[in-house]
Amino acid sequence: MTTTAPAPAGTGAPGRARIAARHLRTDTWWVQPAITVAVLVAFIIYSTLRAFENANYFVAPYISPFYSPCITKSCQGSSFPELFTGPSFLTPAIYILVVPLGFRLTCYYYRKAYYRAFWLSPPACAVAEPHKTYTGETRFPLVFQNIHRYFFVAGLVFNVILTYDAVLAFRDKNDHWGHMGLGTLVLLTNAALLWLYSLSCHSCRHIVGGKLKSFSKHPMRYKFWQVVSRLNGSHMKLAWVSLFGVALTDFYVRLLATGAFNDPKFF
Amino acid sequence: MTYQAKLRVWRGDAEGGGLRDYTVEVNEGEVVLDIIHRLQATQAGDLAVRWNCKAGKCGSCSAEINGRPRLLCLTRMGDFSEDEVVTITPMRTFPVIRDLVTDVSYNYEKAASIPGFTPVARDADGEHRMQQVDVERSQEFRKCIECFLCQDVCHVVRDHEDNKKVYAGPRFLMRIAELDMHPLDNLDRRKVAQENFGLGMCNITKCCSEVCPEGIHITDNALIPLKERVVDRKYDPLTWLGAKIGRRPHP
Repeated sequence: MTTTAPAPAGTGAPGRARIAARHLRTDTWWVQPAITVAVLVAFIIYSTLRAFENANYFVAPYISPFYSPCITKSCQGSSFPELFTGPSFLTPAIYILVVPLGFRLTCYYYRKAYYRAFWLSPPACAVAEPHKTYTGETRFPLVFQNIHRYFFVAGLVFNVILTYDAVLAFRDKNDHWGHMGLGTLVLLTNAALLWLYSLSCHSCRHIVGGKLKSFSKHPMRYKFWQVVSRLNGSHMKLAWVSLFGVALTDFYVRLLATGAFNDPKFF
Repeated sequence: MTYQAKLRVWRGDAEGGGLRDYTVEVNEGEVVLDIIHRLQATQAGDLAVRWNCKAGKCGSCSAEINGRPRLLCLTRMGDFSEDEVVTITPMRTFPVIRDLVTDVSYNYEKAASIPGFTPVARDADGEHRMQQVDVERSQEFRKCIECFLCQDVCHVVRDHEDNKKVYAGPRFLMRIAELDMHPLDNLDRRKVAQENFGLGMCNITKCCSEVCPEGIHITDNALIPLKERVVDRKYDPLTWLGAKIGRRPHP
């Protein structure tokens, strides 16, 4: 998108008020991008370690969302049809990571967050960015942000699968229905948060009705658009909460799988 | 309660200038524009400032206060502590004329270049009809007072003067969205939004929405929906294929 220059560009352009400082903000504008960097880096490190650990992701009847759907013949448990045997250096998590990763990477909210926090473009409003040129999302690779709607649709398939996992968590370790433990609640909450995050997506808002010229000719789609628009107002919060939800659900399953914690049983 | 506020005001013109320190009396309930007027009246009679309604409706008194684009008339002195130095500069994205007054011609040139409202044919009885529910989205954008704070804060032109040639800025991309969503407008504006007005330059960092004194959700309700409409037209292979095989009208 940009190339780095030694000095801030822009506000020093000819004709503008001569002010040497790259910004005059006196508030703590740097806190928000700093928190974004810290949280996202922590998540990336944790999810990478877990994706390559290739163990402790299944303990009947629970499976970690990082490994679901588990589609290779080397999977622990039998939560999903095992379709093929991949090379041993690829863990089951690697095959499915691309969809949730792509969905979040191209998400309109996360784009704002990482453009600001990682690429400093801009680091905060009215704080000059350290780049000499800027082409936005008009060129490779950022022009591919425009395929967000495909990741949204693919993400819905994953939501269905994770909801299926949560339903299976009402079976006990011997596959008998009528069980519920804290893990069931954790998987259900994770699936619900992922649905809310997905349905609050800007592409979803466009698909259900935003693309229409006339709402009055499509009253049902207008209703859907209104619901999604209300959710969309909380898209940022849902993006963060669902991210924490996925990591905490995986961590909970890992605690159970390693024997560090016993799943409290409700019935 | 009255106190003496410390102000730093940018004084100068296109040839040069700098921040000057002043101490000005502040009374309870006053806004920054009141203090600028008192400064004019008591210490700096030649201080240039553009203002009109003093009610946040004309969009004239746009400036930057402590580095943040704001209206002078809507910024209360009570927002700052009494010992805080309040720095006031002109908008830093546009050429300065003098002191706090900038030349915002860029915005009017962009406004003039946008294809105007192109209505569909009238009904048989000679009327145009539309329902409130169909025009509500566009009406939000009509709240704009054209203060150009969103244009000022947008890093695409603030930090890159050369982009002014190819980028219309959030205010005018919002205008395109307003027309594209209008139930009676008949012009497909998606291609020109991307190719002529630089929608692809926007990286949706939402500063325009943060500074809008009218609280318009510029990014969420105008720019992102317009980006999605452009995807329909330019980047979605399924929509393209649907148009090719005649299953749906050309996007």
